[in-house]
Amino acid sequence: MKELSLNILDIAQNSVKAGADTVSILLDETPETLTIRIEDNGCGMKEDFLREVTDPFTTTRTTRKVGLGIPLFQLAAEQTEGSFSITSRHIDEHPEDHGTVTEAVFHKNHLDFTPLGDVVSTITVLIQGSPEIRWIYRHSTDRGEVALDTDELKEALGDVPLNHIEVINWITGYLKEQYEEIGYR
Amino acid sequence: MKSLAELAEIKARMQNKVVLREGSGDVRVVVGMATCGIAAGARPVLNTFVEEVNNSGLADKVTVTQTGCIGICQFEPVVEVFEADKPKVTYVKMTPEKAKEVVEKHLKGGKIITDYTISNI
Repeated sequence: MKELSLNILDIAQNSVKAGADTVSILLDETPETLTIRIEDNGCGMKEDFLREVTDPFTTTRTTRKVGLGIPLFQLAAEQTEGSFSITSRHIDEHPEDHGTVTEAVFHKNHLDFTPLGDVVSTITVLIQGSPEIRWIYRHSTDRGEVALDTDELKEALGDVPLNHIEVINWITGYLKEQYEEIGYR
Repeated sequence: MKSLAELAEIKARMQNKVVLREGSGDVRVVVGMATCGIAAGARPVLNTFVEEVNNSGLADKVTVTQTGCIGICQFEPVVEVFEADKPKVTYVKMTPEKAKEVVEKHLKGGKIITDYTISNI
């Protein structure tokens, strides 16, 4: 993947597939590190599957026996001497409180750090594809914060779907303006 | 500065339109958005379809959606076009430029661009 924002898009698709109704994408950035955390309340994974989930030969896809999404994300973090973790609570064992948290820490000044890239585009693609999900996005930096919660948007929009082109364009502008305001990049 | 009040304006404008885009399309454009598609460049392809379908005034007729791995990872980004009573068209190795052309010639003009379809690989 050329940008970490593409890994985020890929990992968040797992949350969509897990049937989550809320997905949070939380970025926490210091001058030295970038932490990416993707949290969902989907069906979760059982322990034996979770143990193997970073193995490229473990996958939920039915068209092939290879799944590279999680291994690629883990590799992107570990090649910067960062860290990666995934925890999950399966719906059968935790009927009230299930879901998955994937977290990766990157060292930004490491030679092998992949740039974050167009994260705004990742967020709009996710909303466009799954407007029924509540998407929470927060990117904290030492200069300030960029945030979006689709529940607040839905309240203002009523019956208009979140994936209507005018809404998608508005979200793009809304996030870009926030990034400009904190002088990011 | 953008504010949530602008969303209320969008809502007011939409209420004058009878048909909302959701579910009304008889043509479906499906972009593969699994790891293989994303790594090969599906994100800008999807964005181009969403924008161009709207710019060409096709939003009431064409719905752009996403799917997982279609199974032909070596040909990603893959885009499938479904139209009622017609065979599925599979475009392979797509780019934003090709996507623009597909909207113009195929979705708008009704002519399949066979140079970009899988049968031509």
